Amino acid sequence: MQLTVWTYEAPPHVGAMRIATAMEGLHYVLHAPQGDTYADLLFTMIERRTKRPPVTYTTFEARDLGSDTAEIFQRAAREAFDRFSPQAMIVGASCTAELIQDDPCGLAKALGLPIPVIPLELPAYQRKENWGASETFYQIVRAIAGSAPEKMSASTGRPSCNILGPTALGFRHRDDLVEIRKLLSVVGIDVNVTAPLWASPADIARLGAADFNVVLYPEIADLAARHLEKIYGQPRTRTIPIGIGATREFIAEIAALAGLSSEAALADPSSRAPWWSRSVDSTYLTGKRVFIFGDATHAIAAARVAREELGFEVVGLGCYNREFARELKAAAAACDVEPLITDDYLDVEDAIAAAHPELVLGTQMERHIAKRLQIPCAVISAPVHVQDFPARHSPQMGFEGANVLFDTWIHPLVMGLEEHLLAMFRDDFEFHDGAGPSHLGGHGARQAVEPEAPLTTIIPAAPAENAPFEAAAVTAAVWAAEAERELKKIPFFVRGKARRNTEDYAQSLRLQTITVETLYDAKAHYAR
Amino acid sequence: MKTLISLADRPAGATAGSCAAPPAKAVLRERGQREVFCGLTGIIWLHRKMQDAFFLIVGSRTCAHLMQSAAGVMIFAEPRFATAIIDERDLAGLSDANDELDRTVARLLARRPDIKMLFLVGSCPSEVIKLDLSRAAHRLSQKYTPGVRVLNYSGSGIETTFTQGEDACLASMVPELPAAREAGPSLLVVGALADVVEDQFARLFEAMEIPVRFFPARRSDDLPPVGRDTHFLLAQPFLAETARALEERGATRLPAPFPLGAEGTTLWLKAAADAFGVSADTFDAATQAGAARARHALARHKETLEGKSAFFFPDSQLEPPLARFLHRELGMRLIEVGTPFLHRTHLAEELALLPEDVFLSEGQDVDRQLDRARAARPDITVCGLGLANPLEAEGLTTKWAIELVFSPIQGYEQAGDLAELFARPLNRRARLKV
Repeated sequence: MQLTVWTYEAPPHVGAMRIATAMEGLHYVLHAPQGDTYADLLFTMIERRTKRPPVTYTTFEARDLGSDTAEIFQRAAREAFDRFSPQAMIVGASCTAELIQDDPCGLAKALGLPIPVIPLELPAYQRKENWGASETFYQIVRAIAGSAPEKMSASTGRPSCNILGPTALGFRHRDDLVEIRKLLSVVGIDVNVTAPLWASPADIARLGAADFNVVLYPEIADLAARHLEKIYGQPRTRTIPIGIGATREFIAEIAALAGLSSEAALADPSSRAPWWSRSVDSTYLTGKRVFIFGDATHAIAAARVAREELGFEVVGLGCYNREFARELKAAAAACDVEPLITDDYLDVEDAIAAAHPELVLGTQMERHIAKRLQIPCAVISAPVHVQDFPARHSPQMGFEGANVLFDTWIHPLVMGLEEHLLAMFRDDFEFHDGAGPSHLGGHGARQAVEPEAPLTTIIPAAPAENAPFEAAAVTAAVWAAEAERELKKIPFFVRGKARRNTEDYAQSLRLQTITVETLYDAKAHYAR
Repeated sequence: MKTLISLADRPAGATAGSCAAPPAKAVLRERGQREVFCGLTGIIWLHRKMQDAFFLIVGSRTCAHLMQSAAGVMIFAEPRFATAIIDERDLAGLSDANDELDRTVARLLARRPDIKMLFLVGSCPSEVIKLDLSRAAHRLSQKYTPGVRVLNYSGSGIETTFTQGEDACLASMVPELPAAREAGPSLLVVGALADVVEDQFARLFEAMEIPVRFFPARRSDDLPPVGRDTHFLLAQPFLAETARALEERGATRLPAPFPLGAEGTTLWLKAAADAFGVSADTFDAATQAGAARARHALARHKETLEGKSAFFFPDSQLEPPLARFLHRELGMRLIEVGTPFLHRTHLAEELALLPEDVFLSEGQDVDRQLDRARAARPDITVCGLGLANPLEAEGLTTKWAIELVFSPIQGYEQAGDLAELFARPLNRRARLKV
């Protein structure tokens, strides 16, 4: 048993729902008790979808157990077929139905429906959402993508690809897709099928007509893409085009796969992020300490952007999906930090507090952690929140995505000259470091951490209970009043580190009192 | 699957007169996909109401995800609920589930020394694998007494629908209530109410000199006594098991409509006043000002709502009293009143106040019910969060049912707020030019 207050990932059948809801003409019959329908609201409320997910829940009750749950499943499947006339059906069990072992697959097959019925085995007590999405997409592709169709390029004379990975409830999948299609079009590559988003089972059947596959989200599409590589010999892309450098590499990669020139696509005039980053106003970004946590793909990409494209220092890197631990560890090694692979947000909170970052790039949970620790934050990854579905176009991928990253990561920080003025005039009554960035409003907001509207505005959130992370460490040496005042003049985001270093230094010298002298001796001692 | 039955085993359409013999109203009973929450969801308000209680769900990742999705928790502070997620080791018998549970509880109580009452909450998976939480609660209670009381109940979807979770929770607490000493009759108001509503009711009963306690209380060391002299009023319509347990302890239920709207509140208070021999003058003096304020507040919303039609999808069992309020105090037309479960005894007074031809449905087959709603095109459709946006996209105006459970709506002072919850979607639709 694992004590869990909050979880980064939903159970695996919700991953299957993300695939089913993304697609057209597919229906999911889920053997599940009453209450599991809560998952519908993820799609209708968070993503504001205008249609219910194409999912039929069998809704068995305690009194059905041991008698006719199997019959309930068959009736639900039969009625779903009659009502929705899908081209194909996926069938499976949620956590409870897995325990009663009704074999939805066999039961559905026995109905003899005139459509493909694809069974899903999603072990709810071992696996989680991303795994469930990946497995579901793979099973659909495996079942439906049949003998190799004629290549699309044979008739058009132009190379073509499939775009694999975007789903319902995906973090900016909708907008990333627009950018990727733009890049492909400029290079001169046709899109055969995009899947699972908007693909029908009939579209899945023609995946083989493409020359290669673009894998946008390995968490979801890598397994299916490997299968397609095996059966159709379609190569797949490896670069995730998040950030300028990665977008350029991605363009080179698809151009090479298509045998075309990358020149036109690389010369996109709307790519502003590189100049924005080189311009002198951005000098203040140099060496900003950033802590990164999210799904592996987004976290790894963010680490590269942070280091190479904004000049930050990565002081923490982690992900919650163990399936991609190897990739994450390699990226952490490149940043010279310990990889943090955990699905317990309390571990993440501890790691953030210990790293004293100036910026956190994370999920909605890290946004809350950062708020509590009074550190600026930007969201880079699922799990999603209603705020992750903005009305405007807001991609992460491609050149426009890089522009968005620049804006959204820089915005929470204190800006250029303001930071210097704060450092020089620390005691100004309305211009002190506790006041927060002036362009973000809410002066003094750093002192009082306000709860904000929760996801579905149901119950007011509890006020923050946790003490600020900067609580004085237990130490042998005592701070002299003057030294304590001097410490307050150090910017808040490094004050904790300065305090800790000074105390360590004092302890190493067995000093009884920390004076202003000790403070500056320690600063010199730890200077790079 | 559907069956048409009638209340009180009478043929549909039969007429009757008084409250004592409620008219037989036809009820459509359906069985199929239900678009409702399970009983675990009740924890969202119960953990706020009982300030030193902690709810430990013994369940799956689905339970944990339901709670964070339904409650909208992105955690600012640690909430007073959590899930002990059963994993494959527990299922395969590699680890003893009871040992695991003890270890989890020990870890939890070490972290949260402020907890005085711990509920082990059963879920679908724990029920199916027949994990005996009552024995576990007994064992843990002995271990942690007197600091922490450990109780258990089931909030599983295979046994409970949404608000029935509160019923199961309160029923589990009834044996813990101290015995009332023979000190004359007293009143117990049963069902979680917002603190502000509870305080208002306390003042009203005080004005009538009725000694009153509320259950659940805000703190676990303040459990109200119960005994043969206890009369209780249900503040919520979904408390079947709790009422039964209280009756077993000798308490007497005062039949009444529920305190929604001016009329409902007056009749609810009157039931207590009559039982406690409060004079008509005292009753009027205590209630008239509040009732007048409520009627005044309602008049404004009646302009928006009168003549409009309403369709209720099943959600909380609050639907019949809400429908009665909309119909009688705001002049709305009722197309269908769906409810997950219709407790005929506890709702007898409500049903008597509903129009003769009201169409009640119990249970759900969501696709069929959606067909009926689309055909009827109601002016306002009361439904859950999974259905609201899709129906709005089809051009129907909706009201999230869950807000009716999570907002203070009972009593005179909230009657206007309750009406406003229904008027707001219509008002919004009228304003928007997009």
